[in-house]
Amino acid sequence: MSRPADDIVIDARNLSKSFGGRKVVDRLSLKVRRGRIHGFLGPNGSGKTTTIRMLCGLLTPDEGEGYCLGFDIRKDQREIKRRTGYMTQKFSLYADLTIEENLQFIGRVFSLPDPKQAARAAIDRLGLGARANQLAGELSGGWKQRLALGACIMPKPDLLLLDEPTAGVDPKARRDFWDEIHALTDEGMTVLVSTHYMDEAERCHEIAYIAYGHLLARGTADEIVAQAGLSTFTVEGGDLGALAARLKREPAVAMVAPFGARLHVASRDALALAALAQEYAGQGIWTPDAPTLEDVFIDLMTRAQDNYQ
Amino acid sequence: MTAFRASLERLYAVFVKELIQLRRDRLTFATMIMIPVMQLVLFGFAINSDPKHLPTALLDNDRTEVSRLFIASLRATDYFEIDKELSSPAEIDAEMLSGRAQFVVEIPQDFARKLTRGENPAVLVIADAADPTAVNGAAMALNGMVSQVFTRLLTGPLRYLAAKNPPFEARVQKRYNPAGETRFNIVPGLVGTILTLTMLIFTSLSVTREIERGTMESLLAMPINPVEIMLGKILPYATVGFFQMALIGVAARFIFFVPVVGSLTTFVTLTMLFIVANLSVGYTFSTVARNQLQAMQMSFFFFLPSILLSGFMFPFRGMPVWAQDVGSILPLTHYLRIVRGVMLKGAGFSDLATDTLALAAFTLAAMTVAIARFRQTLD
Repeated sequence: MSRPADDIVIDARNLSKSFGGRKVVDRLSLKVRRGRIHGFLGPNGSGKTTTIRMLCGLLTPDEGEGYCLGFDIRKDQREIKRRTGYMTQKFSLYADLTIEENLQFIGRVFSLPDPKQAARAAIDRLGLGARANQLAGELSGGWKQRLALGACIMPKPDLLLLDEPTAGVDPKARRDFWDEIHALTDEGMTVLVSTHYMDEAERCHEIAYIAYGHLLARGTADEIVAQAGLSTFTVEGGDLGALAARLKREPAVAMVAPFGARLHVASRDALALAALAQEYAGQGIWTPDAPTLEDVFIDLMTRAQDNYQ
Repeated sequence: MTAFRASLERLYAVFVKELIQLRRDRLTFATMIMIPVMQLVLFGFAINSDPKHLPTALLDNDRTEVSRLFIASLRATDYFEIDKELSSPAEIDAEMLSGRAQFVVEIPQDFARKLTRGENPAVLVIADAADPTAVNGAAMALNGMVSQVFTRLLTGPLRYLAAKNPPFEARVQKRYNPAGETRFNIVPGLVGTILTLTMLIFTSLSVTREIERGTMESLLAMPINPVEIMLGKILPYATVGFFQMALIGVAARFIFFVPVVGSLTTFVTLTMLFIVANLSVGYTFSTVARNQLQAMQMSFFFFLPSILLSGFMFPFRGMPVWAQDVGSILPLTHYLRIVRGVMLKGAGFSDLATDTLALAAFTLAAMTVAIARFRQTLD
């Protein structure tokens, strides 16, 4: 495999990894271009964390190869680590060190010219000035997440790997977080971020969806929706509970999901769905609708379950 | 910045981090002070391998002036505390079996008469040798007593019974601890055991703790190598070890009055080497163990033979060759020779070269294993 072009920051091909005989990642290929936010989606246990760890040198792939920032992920882990910020799923700064001490530690490990000054600057940037001497373990979830991101970007890495950075964080903090991520990519940083939130997926330039270690779809949010070939209808009024139960038994229906007082029905067969709309017209008002990213993902996951489990 | 300076900077980063964490961990900090103090007080004051005033039961079947003379000289040795008089031989076994008496002394009937007739009567001294160490000193004193103490008491008409001088005398010169003070042997040894215990425990937890707290994942994702992590984690504890050494050293000199004959520089230099040796073992355990409990178990698994086979508790030369070989692997064995050599004998670097080299080789080997075992990935 040749070195990828300069604007390809992550280029992984056929990465596989097994733990105890169970294949967690199976021939996964991934390409991320410079300055992009690449969303990494998939159900729990789908291999997202394992993939991220392989990319930053924390795990050695069983098979396959990859380049990160032009460095071989098998041989040049050290060079990759120098230029990559990795935010772990679990808070992994030192709980018994203050915010400032944590940041100084990172500054020194990354050989920043003036670690104390760099830590101070990062604290100011995070708006944590008043809390600089607070122990990191005593911060609330939202602040921990901000601090962890601040710590990741302090050495000014070229690539950010974020593993479910916003899990358990309130919507306002999530929004701030994403604004920050966008600002960073505007400056040329590349971001690979795993998430479960659909609104976050839509804020990514590109998305990769994986389940059971397999890459199932990739592209922009619109492309993925278009590729899925799903037709959807929204049904309002009538006895939606009974209707949902009956529709679920229809072979053509891929998915039925209630949203408040409405029912969301999706199918891969547009004609069959239109026929069903006719058939059950008396039991509610059927309106054609555009499929959402969530519809597509749930459909992908259901199909993946059939294929790989 | 050169690569070497960058490496030192990373080492310093870990050093500072560990030092801060150490300072914040009150319990660890307390153990660092408490373990040396407790062990010093406990062992330093408590251990005595030459016990005196041992409970002794007496069965005097003679009851003459001569037998009373014998009893008096027995008391004069300080080893026998005659605290019970038996009235029949049947009571002897009960005294021994219950362990109430360490010795039972039985003076036979007609002891005095046989003595004056020159028939060499025998006094039976039954010792509870289940604990041989407790009996040794007293038994030796008993032998000396008959020839020296008792003889001196045979005055007047009994003078002719006094033993004649032996044809020649073997004179033993007991160097370095002529009075046989146990603490002169134990306290320098305690410097070694205390440092082994504390140093081992501290570093053995250092890597497993990071794994258990989840901080290892972050640390491994940073551009830092295993050597930098290891040295950064060992050095703060070497500082702690330095202070422990000072604490125990001062106590040895001014509380236990152990003479320090050798040079302080030799003592400090070689003790620091020993400290680093133990820190390396602890760190090696830390890289092998899966959790903190395992690390602790390994430490104790190492600590026990260190105490028993190093010559701290029992004479090293009393062990069979294979046990001596096992003992020679342990750093404490070499350090005991070093610390006793420096403190009591005034030995210098050249006298201790073999043990110094052994410690250095051990340290290097432990560090190499630690580096080789250190998991740089989460695989």
